[in-house]
Amino acid sequence: MLGFILKRIALLLPTLLGITIVSFGFVRVLPGDPVLLMAGERGIKPERYQKLMEQFGYDRPIWEQYLDYLNQLLHGNLGNSLVTKQPVVTEFFTLFPATVELSICALLIAVSIGIPAGIIAASKRGSFWDQSLMGTALVGYSMPIFWWGLLLIIVFSGWLQWTPVSGRISLLYYFPDVTGFMLIDSLLSGQKGAFTSALSHLVLPSIVLATIPLAVIARQTRSAMLEVLGEDYVRTARAKGLSPTRVVGVHALRNAMIPVITVIGLSVGTLLAGAILTETIFSWPGIGKWMVDSISRRDYPVVQSGLLMIAIVVMVVNLLVDMTYGFINPRIRHD
Amino acid sequence: MTDITKSPSAQDVKRQMRRQMLADFWFYFSENRGAVIGLWVFMALVLLAVFAPIFAPHGATEQYRDAFLVPPVWEEGGQWEFLLGTDAVGRDMLSRLIYGARFSLFIGVVVVGIAATTGVCIGLIAGYYRGAVDTIIMRIMDVILAFPSLLLALVMVAILGPGLLNAMIAIAIVLQPHFVRLTRASVLNERGKDYVTSARVAGASPFYLMTRTILPNCLGPVTVQATLSFSNAILDAAALGFLGMGAQPPTPEWGTMLAEAREFILRAWWVVTFPGLAILITVLAINLVGDGLRDALDPKMKRS
Repeated sequence: MLGFILKRIALLLPTLLGITIVSFGFVRVLPGDPVLLMAGERGIKPERYQKLMEQFGYDRPIWEQYLDYLNQLLHGNLGNSLVTKQPVVTEFFTLFPATVELSICALLIAVSIGIPAGIIAASKRGSFWDQSLMGTALVGYSMPIFWWGLLLIIVFSGWLQWTPVSGRISLLYYFPDVTGFMLIDSLLSGQKGAFTSALSHLVLPSIVLATIPLAVIARQTRSAMLEVLGEDYVRTARAKGLSPTRVVGVHALRNAMIPVITVIGLSVGTLLAGAILTETIFSWPGIGKWMVDSISRRDYPVVQSGLLMIAIVVMVVNLLVDMTYGFINPRIRHD
Repeated sequence: MTDITKSPSAQDVKRQMRRQMLADFWFYFSENRGAVIGLWVFMALVLLAVFAPIFAPHGATEQYRDAFLVPPVWEEGGQWEFLLGTDAVGRDMLSRLIYGARFSLFIGVVVVGIAATTGVCIGLIAGYYRGAVDTIIMRIMDVILAFPSLLLALVMVAILGPGLLNAMIAIAIVLQPHFVRLTRASVLNERGKDYVTSARVAGASPFYLMTRTILPNCLGPVTVQATLSFSNAILDAAALGFLGMGAQPPTPEWGTMLAEAREFILRAWWVVTFPGLAILITVLAINLVGDGLRDALDPKMKRS
């Protein structure tokens, strides 16, 4: 197992290097001079220009700059935001829990509805249930989630006034950051109504973010189940006289879960991409909104390093999924 | 008994085979009711887009100064002149939506065109030559795939500058690795087979082998991927437009329309609802067709 893990990590190294090249190249391929670009339209004095060129090392050969960049990365130095002057790493880790909280809730919704929906559809293949579930799943899969979020705001925040429009918690509550997860922190604070407030802020964004993964998981579960239900061992289990629930729930499900887990793992990328849109719509203070805001503010160090860190997060999660996969299915370890 | 029917020429046989294949394909495709409906909707959208000036009651950017935020005709205060109402600067929603179909379909065609042709070519080369070429190409594709696609597209547009053309280029680059992987996998699968070896022994050049011998047998999965990419391209372009990085106002692109409508979300539901509905219907129709194509082209599905 250790060998398998090490092999997977070794396979990731070239990709990791490639990602650093992309994020390094990002500022260099910008048309124009990076220092002039950062100075913006106000312009810059020649002396200061020269000083900045030297400070950032733009006057040296490109490969030397890249090695320097790698060296900085290895020391955990990813530059400072041009707007807030804060280190990008600090900002990233302040905002990251908000995105993680949102993504976990979305994933929980997607898994807890998607898998049962897929199982029901597969076990009643061709029925009304199958068709309506899979029809709904296809609608979800085709959903422009930024519009879906706006619709939910119109209905639940506008017409029904059930949920707030934006943010993570009502401004009435203030408590220290313990875990960074608003749901847990609000409970820990012991303030009355804080948890409900946090929850009501979280509901709509989670539903929006869950939509596409939910549809993908339901479709994948159905097709994996259908494949497994045709296997001999399922027929044997049936012939033995086991109840349909047991056949589907135990014998078939365990084997059908392998492709489903892959899809769940892959949806982490989808979640982070979806977080860009969801967080923008709901003004959710996570890394998705941070990236969009930084792009519109031309805060290039943030864009550059944010891109790098998000890619690394996706890679690490995919690696973890690969490992789980190896645990569940021993055949994969040995190929 | 000497009246032997004229033996068909090779040309005829080929034509007949092709016809038979098409008939087979249609048989499997039309079994999927959703796919047929999707195809009809899609064709209707194409017609709308092509003949937009005929169908649209007003111009796409024509402003009516006395008709700001007029609700749809069935709501109180609606006017028959503006069936789906008007937006905040007095433009007819219906006309803008009809013209918007042009942009979305155009985006889909161009993006998939670029992504599929470059992707298939690169995939063919990687799969055919193997070795170092293959490794380098696939590592580059891994890097592109390591980023969440929308984020990478967003950052690329930020570099290139906002606009529809740059958005299309960025989305094409993001979608292209899928074509490379898919083509490479089918080429690897096909290149060891006897018909390829015999063609090579007969003296076919690598170029001929790649494009004429192997490629036609890889096209099934590529077609399905192209359909899926078509709907993804439309969604991503709309998302970029929504974030202000795609088509710029006053272009009647659906995502851009949504971005403009955002501030009126609680006052005028129609300016928000209809553009998104248009995106959803288009993408849904294409995905329905995609599902049908997959069922019809995937030999594994036919047996079940």
